[in-house]
Amino acid sequence: MSMTQTTTPGTTPRTTPPARGRLRPDVTDRDHSRGPVDAAVTLVEYGDYQCPYCRQAHPLVKVLQRRLGDVGSPFRFVFRNFPLIEIHPRALHAAEAAESVAAHGGEVAFWAMHDAIFEHQRDSAIALSDQHLAKYAAVAGVDETLVARDLKNGVHEPRVQEDFLGGVRSGVNGTPTFFINGARFDGDWTDADAFARALEDAAAVALANGR
Amino acid sequence: MVLPPGLPAPGFSLLASPDHLLSLAELRGRPVILAFYPADWSPECGDQMALYNEVLPEFERLGAQLVGLSVDGVWCHRAFAEDRRLRFPLLAEFEPKGEVARRYWAYREEDGTAERALFVIDADGVIRWSYLSPVGVNPGADGILDALEAIAAEEATPRLPAQESAP
Repeated sequence: MSMTQTTTPGTTPRTTPPARGRLRPDVTDRDHSRGPVDAAVTLVEYGDYQCPYCRQAHPLVKVLQRRLGDVGSPFRFVFRNFPLIEIHPRALHAAEAAESVAAHGGEVAFWAMHDAIFEHQRDSAIALSDQHLAKYAAVAGVDETLVARDLKNGVHEPRVQEDFLGGVRSGVNGTPTFFINGARFDGDWTDADAFARALEDAAAVALANGR
Repeated sequence: MVLPPGLPAPGFSLLASPDHLLSLAELRGRPVILAFYPADWSPECGDQMALYNEVLPEFERLGAQLVGLSVDGVWCHRAFAEDRRLRFPLLAEFEPKGEVARRYWAYREEDGTAERALFVIDADGVIRWSYLSPVGVNPGADGILDALEAIAAEEATPRLPAQESAP
């Protein structure tokens, strides 16, 4: 497919032009976040635990957090669920398991679980089975029977669904989709340098605006 | 630009499967979403049709019917729809190629494909919202849902003729 962008978005006349690709549910205490909460830049990822691209993005985000922290522009990272359940049948339970771990073990446990799921995603065809998810939960420090029970009862499905719908309303267009300070990043996230520059530029704008 | 809001949506009748034609007139009476896209088989996690498939319950909640259109043929559409488990029709603009896309001002002469263009048509067959996305950027579903909600809100508020006072 051609990537030439000869057209301009938003040229269609509209009486009320809504912004396209703007994060709508603001980042709140409800979110899972990593990094300084008062950072000038917040990076939000809508991701899917069974998505191979999200698995690739996972170490990249960590590297960028370290690198930008080193040069004095740390950012806060927020992960929200966007399971594409028709093409990724294990993604919903993986997301529910991560939320279950957060509910029982708190934020530190959530991030340990988040890391574990992505790190094990490709171990085998059953790496994201309920049984394996419960094992990762145990390693993250949460009683695996609690997580297994939550999965069985779909306790955290509404929360995952809420994330998904918020993503849809924000203009999420695939996984992963990133938002830098609320604006959808339509650049190439696999280009680490360009991604880092976009984050640094957002920090410069935020600081210029007195943040 | 693509056909703007306020104009009647051009009618069409296209193959939705090897032996079934679907026409816009058949869908009259409820909002219709037309999603023109360049080609089947883009990478699955970022694929526009796969995304809309996941959002289908929301479109249905708002009473709308989604239809995808590209210049791919019916057999290609069938394989693609099966692979992605799509639960809405894909129409083949294969022959005459791109004729409907042209009538919506959504055809790319240079590539011989449809643009990545969205139209929301109301129950009366009038275009209520349209959007042309850069061909490499999946536009997501936020604009569609905004347009459908605007239509639903209007239906919920009965319109009285301007000169008539309430009894």
